[in-house]
Amino acid sequence: MAEAQIVLKGVGKTFVRGLQRTTALAGVDIEIARGAFVAVVGPSGCGKSTLLRLVSGLVMPSEGSVRVAGEPVVGPRADTGIVFQKATLVDWRDILGNVLLQLEMRGIDGPEARERARTLLTAVGLGGFENRYPHELSGGMQQRAAIARGLVHQPGMLLMDEPFGALDALTREQMRLDLEALWLRERMTVFFITHSIDEAVLLADRVIVMSQRPGTVDHVFDVDLPRPRGLAARNDPRFAALTDAITRIFLSRGVLDEQRLAL
Amino acid sequence: MFEKNGGALSSIATAIALLVVWEGATRLLGIPTYLLPAPSVIASDFARNWPRIADSSWITTLNMVAGFVLSVLVGIPLAMALAYSPQVERSIYPIVVFLQILPKIAIAPLFIVWFGFGTMPKVLLVFLLTFFPIVVNTVVGFKSVDPGVMELARSTGAGALRTFYKIRFPSALPSIFVGLKIAAALASTAAVVAEFVASDSGLGYLIITYNGQLATPMVFATIIVLGVIGLVFYFLIEFVERLVVPWHVSMRADQAGA
Repeated sequence: MAEAQIVLKGVGKTFVRGLQRTTALAGVDIEIARGAFVAVVGPSGCGKSTLLRLVSGLVMPSEGSVRVAGEPVVGPRADTGIVFQKATLVDWRDILGNVLLQLEMRGIDGPEARERARTLLTAVGLGGFENRYPHELSGGMQQRAAIARGLVHQPGMLLMDEPFGALDALTREQMRLDLEALWLRERMTVFFITHSIDEAVLLADRVIVMSQRPGTVDHVFDVDLPRPRGLAARNDPRFAALTDAITRIFLSRGVLDEQRLAL
Repeated sequence: MFEKNGGALSSIATAIALLVVWEGATRLLGIPTYLLPAPSVIASDFARNWPRIADSSWITTLNMVAGFVLSVLVGIPLAMALAYSPQVERSIYPIVVFLQILPKIAIAPLFIVWFGFGTMPKVLLVFLLTFFPIVVNTVVGFKSVDPGVMELARSTGAGALRTFYKIRFPSALPSIFVGLKIAAALASTAAVVAEFVASDSGLGYLIITYNGQLATPMVFATIIVLGVIGLVFYFLIEFVERLVVPWHVSMRADQAGA
């Protein structure tokens, strides 16, 4: 068993806004091995994004403990890279400059860092686009740049918050393929939030299914499909069985309802 | 680009046509010069009195630029304080807004009482008129930083200073330049009004004087010079904008072309 990279024990998060208290997460226990690709899938508002923010150190838990690489998380960490749903590139820097921004903000500089930025941009398919500005690129390409930015400081742990959610279906397929290839190359721990069952099973070693709010771990599935999976993994009977099992959980919890219109 | 040049050419053609019609109409209809002088009369009077206009132009330009620079030096730091400190915003912003609602030109006579006839009241009136657009737009710029980008900045663990000069300031620059350009357009108006009221020097004073002598061609000439000064000042700011925020200007060009 590989060493645990991310450990959440009894984690709960309650947001207080005026007199209103919203419990986003309650009693979450998760353990993720170093170098694993773990996806979290759940209905909207189940606290998936809050989970990611807790692991990233952007938000502190109301109860329980979050540990990364054996240390309690007390704030943003040097070994964490984040990719959000929106690319959030800054429009005054070209693509290379945007990737380097991650390093400059962390006080890292020098020719090696610059070289790594270029290598990563090529790895995500943006070779030759280093000096283009964000508004000159498509949504998919912007998100590729955001992934390169998330990895440029060699974080060892990449947190992705519905990174392909805003892309069109075909671009999303390509991004899934490329992300798997990138992960096989870099072997960072990936914590991947999505609302797509298909995407979760296609990409991850392990799929964590969340319940509705207050979110907690409902089920955990191990996905033992061979790598690289490509898109052909969807033809594997095990793929169908897993997506079906997860769909059934959502049906039994009322997240999905086959009878809705028949009523 | 091609279209832009075509636009400039056709507007020059229109201007020339207008001048010809103007010249012809004043001659054919025998309009008295003190009512509406012909362009040729304005040009020859202007050529004769050139040194006097040049001296006054220099004074007016100095008043404009000094007031504008003062606005930038006071306005941008104040806007930053307003954007980042709720305490400062609560205590100062209502006063700033109230000052804006006051018709500032009405304050001009008071400035003369307080500061006499020299440069001071004029610079202060330019400052007063150009100050508000700079403050408001700078506040907007600093407050409308993309929250996603701010979250990214937080995730890097960078300190407040680094976040300011790597993220907040560049992100606010396009909006700051909106304020600077509005202020630049107001600056010449403010300088002339101040010179009307103080009436001792500058192009504003010259207009009042020539008007009193019914030297209408010279009034026209002075107004044209004022327009040119205002235009040059405005385009100077726009030129600096192109140097400082080229990404923003290029995005605008894209949108216009689309």
